[in-house]
Amino acid sequence: MTDRQSLDGMAAPNWNDPAIQGRLKRRHRGASLLRLGGIVAIAIALGLLALLLGSILSIGLKAFSQTVAEIDVPISTEYVDLENLEDSNWTRLAQDGVATLYPDDATGRRDQRYRNILSRGGLNAVRGAIEEQVIADPSLVGQSVRVSVQLSDPFDQFAKGVVRRDTPEDMRRITNDEIAMYDGLVAEGRISRVFNTWLFTNGDSRFPEMAGLAAGLRGSAMALMVCLIISFPIGIGTAIYLEEFAPKNWLTYMIEVNINNLAAVPSIVFGLLGLAVLLNFFGLPRSAPLVGGMVLALMTLPTIIIATRAALKAVPPSIREGAMGIGASPMQVVTHHVLPLAMPGILTGTIIGMAAALGETAPLLLIGMNMFSTDLPGSVFDQATALPTQIFMWFDSPELGFVSRTAAAIIVLLGFLLMMNATAIFIRSKLERKW
Amino acid sequence: MGQRVPSVSKKSTISAGNKAARLGLHLAVIAVVMAAGLGIAMTLLGFWPALTVASLAVAGAGAGYWRIRNARAAATERAHSLVHHHTAYVAMWTGLPAFVLLLLWVALQGPIIDQLSISALPSEVLDGLSSDQISLLLSEIKNLAAGVRFGEPADYMVAAAERYGAWMHIAELAKIAVIAAIGLLGLSYSRSRITVAFRARQGVERIIIGLMIACSTIAIFTTIGIIGSLIFEALRFFQHVPVTEFLFGTRWEPQVAIRSDQVASLGAFGAVPVFLGTILISGIAIFVASVLGLPAAIYLSEFASTRVRGFVKPMLEILAGVPTIVYGFFAVLVIAPAIRNVFGNMLGLDTAPGSALAAGLVMGIMIIPFVSSLSDDAIGAVPQALKDGATALGATKSETVLQVVLPAALPGIAGGMLLAVSRAIGETMIVVMAAGIFASLTINPLDSVTTVTVQIVTLLIGDSEFDSPKTLSAFGLGLFLFVFTLMLNVMALRIVQKYRESYD
Repeated sequence: MTDRQSLDGMAAPNWNDPAIQGRLKRRHRGASLLRLGGIVAIAIALGLLALLLGSILSIGLKAFSQTVAEIDVPISTEYVDLENLEDSNWTRLAQDGVATLYPDDATGRRDQRYRNILSRGGLNAVRGAIEEQVIADPSLVGQSVRVSVQLSDPFDQFAKGVVRRDTPEDMRRITNDEIAMYDGLVAEGRISRVFNTWLFTNGDSRFPEMAGLAAGLRGSAMALMVCLIISFPIGIGTAIYLEEFAPKNWLTYMIEVNINNLAAVPSIVFGLLGLAVLLNFFGLPRSAPLVGGMVLALMTLPTIIIATRAALKAVPPSIREGAMGIGASPMQVVTHHVLPLAMPGILTGTIIGMAAALGETAPLLLIGMNMFSTDLPGSVFDQATALPTQIFMWFDSPELGFVSRTAAAIIVLLGFLLMMNATAIFIRSKLERKW
Repeated sequence: MGQRVPSVSKKSTISAGNKAARLGLHLAVIAVVMAAGLGIAMTLLGFWPALTVASLAVAGAGAGYWRIRNARAAATERAHSLVHHHTAYVAMWTGLPAFVLLLLWVALQGPIIDQLSISALPSEVLDGLSSDQISLLLSEIKNLAAGVRFGEPADYMVAAAERYGAWMHIAELAKIAVIAAIGLLGLSYSRSRITVAFRARQGVERIIIGLMIACSTIAIFTTIGIIGSLIFEALRFFQHVPVTEFLFGTRWEPQVAIRSDQVASLGAFGAVPVFLGTILISGIAIFVASVLGLPAAIYLSEFASTRVRGFVKPMLEILAGVPTIVYGFFAVLVIAPAIRNVFGNMLGLDTAPGSALAAGLVMGIMIIPFVSSLSDDAIGAVPQALKDGATALGATKSETVLQVVLPAALPGIAGGMLLAVSRAIGETMIVVMAAGIFASLTINPLDSVTTVTVQIVTLLIGDSEFDSPKTLSAFGLGLFLFVFTLMLNVMALRIVQKYRESYD
């Protein structure tokens, strides 16, 4: 009551009073502060996203090119057995090719001095390439064949400017002597940068310049196939049952609660499940894409179920009623009408679930898919690695070259995720019907 | 389809040719799917068993088809169901029981024969062997049976290998015989039921519903599998290490367990430092995520135009879609050196290489979308009437937001935060890459700490021995992780649901 009395006693406020104006201004300033705070927070968050992508691109793009040296390999008749080409001494041919790089040196150890510049694994590949070329075209014997060999990782990094010339000699892995030799190769125009196809065609290797993602890509593809085969039908079946047929009882309630909980269980717990149940109890092979795919399927299942239910819900009741009206059974309504109409939504959800499964690492580590494998897995029972686990292994490797290769592998992974999500968005925008 | 249906466009004309083409397309798709399924089944379940099941199903389909055709030709009244319902009915009755039996058989054959092989060994061989050594023995038997010999194996081993080979051979033959018998049984039963009056469509639909129910129980079985395996292995762990020591001990040195001959061969399994490290890193993450996520949510829901919102929201959600291994790499290569630079070189503080701050910061970036999107939803759910009321009383925009909207949205925001905490605690790869391995009892964010998930991964990576407290302790931690995140999720859902009820 006291308020009322004091109000009554007051004159009408003078809005032009500077004190009132000041208070009002201060009160309104709060809004612009909130607004500013929000904009700053979003800017920082998006800036961090840009920093994340930018730093990975700047580190990783270097690994998409590889420095190579062109060498001329004389196919001398001395080592090639024309009668029986398979028996030729291809190793000596490759060594001779390296020797031509440094013709002035007359000692017998001359090719040894290039050992640190050229990749050892690359020389093995050269040996194979010469063998293939000469067997395909025996007329090459007596001439010389030009092949390119990857530089070893320290020199690849040197050529890309990661290792600097002005670093003290004892701080880098290459000697001044070797750099001088390398400069000689540059002066002869033998050094060039080419697109790093080996990154996609080679299996893993201890030598960064030879290491590729093929094994991981193959393993991931297999695991995702297994994951899709298991989770797609089971997910759709579950969703249709819960959405269209299930009565409201304790079993349905239990199922719904379980699905929601599974969606929030940490991924590493699924890895423990795979280890304890699939590997130790059922005795499935360790490190196999089969087990990886099964674990990923259990993780993807809630995503697919939830997406499918949403897509089924979005089909208008008039469709169901129309079909019922002309005599379709509930099952026919679903399989003939509702499901086809919901398919784009289901596919979108499935692709997004698969993309999440592709980036999943922790459960695969626990079931042993962090295999070092130079060979590609032949079947889902073979020991294999996957793309994210291979990234993790490269990350753990000490060689300098693996830093940029890890980032390059991440770029490949992000590229796949981008493609999958773009497909999902395309399906959603083009095929999904609006009612 | 004798009549021509008036058509709107050429495409929608239903003519006999179109119908045949569509039928052909359907059949082609079904054939491709079935061939792919058969191929997959042959790889996963074995060539002959899969072929047996497939041929049984085809035979069933054929039997049903001929039976109903003849019945229809002979009968005077109309059939209740279409031909393909009867066909599918017999095919399902023939193929499905055989297929389910095959799945069970494949899953259980290995473990059962392993058990038999072990129990058939002379008892003096098994005396005093740990389960680890037994599994080694078993793989030796398998190698011998496969013809791989190392040195001169003992007589009982050769006998065991022969037994093993014989049993495997018998099991393979019995498998095919049993599934064929079951399939034929199903065929003869279902075929005998086919008449024109038989309600085959209902039969088929009941089977399909049954399959769907089976699919949906997988979620339950997965949960049972998780809880069961975690509790089972954790109990084995607690036989070695008392629960109280695990929960309240302050020393975590599981790696010592490798040297079994030492006095301290058990290692130390006091998980308090591990829990503390988890809380420290998650705390930093939640702090970062709420400092950035909450203002972002307020801005997006109260200030931003529809266009800005439509652009910014998906951009922020990209942060949650980036694989965690990418964040781990980012933390180690960009954030950790920056932190060492700022705190170590510029401020002169002691900064560990795997500092909690770097891991927590990056994890915070990852969970920004959880906080911002869920808070955005909660703020959006505040009824317009509340805001209008505040405005009518003369509150400015900021007063409305801070004193009316946020308090009203608080339960929803808190629920979102709890979900984010649960996500942070369960997050693995960022901390595996950016945090430390060794547990230290500290709350200094510049020190290196370890987390529950890091310990699980380091304890289990590349380790197949399954008996030592060292590997089993990972399941103890896993059980803790599962229970804790489950509680957080249930709590979050409760809060969110309760809140929703009060305004709808």
